[in-house]
Amino acid sequence: MGQTLDTAWAVRWLRASAAVIAENRVALIELDRAIGDGDHGENMDRGFTAILEKLDGEQPATPGAAFKLAAMTLMSKVGGAAGPLYGTAFLRAGTAVGDAAELDSATLVAALTAARDGVVARGKAEVGDKTMIDAWTPAVDAAAAAAASGEDPAAVLAAAASAAEAGAESTDPLIAHKGRASYLAERAIGHRDPGAVSSALLLRAGAQAAEVAA
Amino acid sequence: MKKLINDPKTVVNESVEGFGRAHAGHVKVNPEPLYVTRKEAPSEGKVGLVSGGGSGHEPLHAGFVGFGMLDAAVPGAVFTSPTPDAIIPATIAANSGAGVVHIVKNYTGDVLNFETAAEMAEAEGVNVRTVLVNDDVAVEDSLYTAGRRGVAGTVLVEKIAGAAAERGDDLDAVAAIGNRVNENVRSMGVALSACTVPHAGVPSFELAEDEIEIGIGIHGEPGRHRIPMENADGITDRLLEPILADLAPAAGDKVLLFVNGMGGTPQSELYIVYRHAVAVLEAAGLVVERSLVGNYITALEMQGASISVLRLDDEMTELWDAPVNTPALRWGM
Repeated sequence: MGQTLDTAWAVRWLRASAAVIAENRVALIELDRAIGDGDHGENMDRGFTAILEKLDGEQPATPGAAFKLAAMTLMSKVGGAAGPLYGTAFLRAGTAVGDAAELDSATLVAALTAARDGVVARGKAEVGDKTMIDAWTPAVDAAAAAAASGEDPAAVLAAAASAAEAGAESTDPLIAHKGRASYLAERAIGHRDPGAVSSALLLRAGAQAAEVAA
Repeated sequence: MKKLINDPKTVVNESVEGFGRAHAGHVKVNPEPLYVTRKEAPSEGKVGLVSGGGSGHEPLHAGFVGFGMLDAAVPGAVFTSPTPDAIIPATIAANSGAGVVHIVKNYTGDVLNFETAAEMAEAEGVNVRTVLVNDDVAVEDSLYTAGRRGVAGTVLVEKIAGAAAERGDDLDAVAAIGNRVNENVRSMGVALSACTVPHAGVPSFELAEDEIEIGIGIHGEPGRHRIPMENADGITDRLLEPILADLAPAAGDKVLLFVNGMGGTPQSELYIVYRHAVAVLEAAGLVVERSLVGNYITALEMQGASISVLRLDDEMTELWDAPVNTPALRWGM
């Protein structure tokens, strides 16, 4: 039985995200070094470390407030393409959930959809371009299907995370059409997109944060 | 990795701090958020010019802050674009009321962060125009890439647009001449070795001892192909050929020839490249009216060079010759 997705969950999610990004910092640098410029792990770690510092200083009142705190911190600390893209994702998710105290499955799907749409709008990428969207779109689809079949929010998140992981793997054989990897053309084939991997890590952290016993 | 640093995390801040101390007559450093302005900014009645991007390309951009060029520069983390929270106050500091031109290299991160910052600065009452530099012919400009990269041509855009702002051109005119430079400049680069980003600690890419990468960007990221090592004249031909094919100059056109070092190549080798490049351009019937040779937009300690050719008109030549007084570029005063 999963927990309800309340403010405590949102904070647990952000803290778990910071931990998993720190743990995978070097792995993300390596993935990015292969097809980008090798800063993705460093940038994400800098952003999420700053989120931890913010959370030590202030307690968000709602899940939406937690998302907005994350958004503003990522936009101001990360730089590169990841800062504006993840910043926009969290900002749109925060707007989608409004000041709800708890998220039900439908609201969660709305938040994930808004996050994905925000990334698409900023980055102008589509599925198959070898970007974060290759993780986000299957994640949103899986979340919507799980919610439609009556799953609770924790199960919806778990479905999204699994789909994002499969989506990240699906970038291996692709040629990149956006970002720095696009300059590699066919030489990007065989390498996993680091943004898709970090997206999957964050969604898995969200699902695990929802499974914590009360 | 052997580098003259204290801690990978403090490289940019300590470097910019030293830069500010060394050039205290020209610039002022704001440490948090990190940006550099002219010592006296804003300049009364003048359009402000702001540029920025990842660190590791020195002297770009802070080295070009000063009379006749930039009013502010925003250094990001190494090879990472700066964030809007630094670009916005730099933009405000550069604004005298006449508006600000952002000069942005066409890299996804730079474009996204400057776009966000421009929107927010506009909300603060600053008129912002953006000149997007995309001079790199190594990358096909197609629906299937993020477009051409902005590389060494950026220095030429900053100098010529900076001179236009200094003589009192208005916001739209400064942006227009910046765009005109961008439309008339093409660049192409080569890497002979990789560089090492301080926080990564390992070379950014693998290049065998006898291999070179043709068409690299300013982070060593690839563009066209990897080939066996050749001599300087052969490599120069490979860089110039796509530039001339794309720029399609006519015989008799006047051009500026810019040979830029990537940080790890000695000046003597850059002049060997220049020697052959100027001969090729003259053989094509072009008049090389102006030149620039040196390390102006680098990729840390990467060995390599880029060639840029700018088709000049009389106004551009006049603005190029106009006085400039910055830490990295200085003449006429």
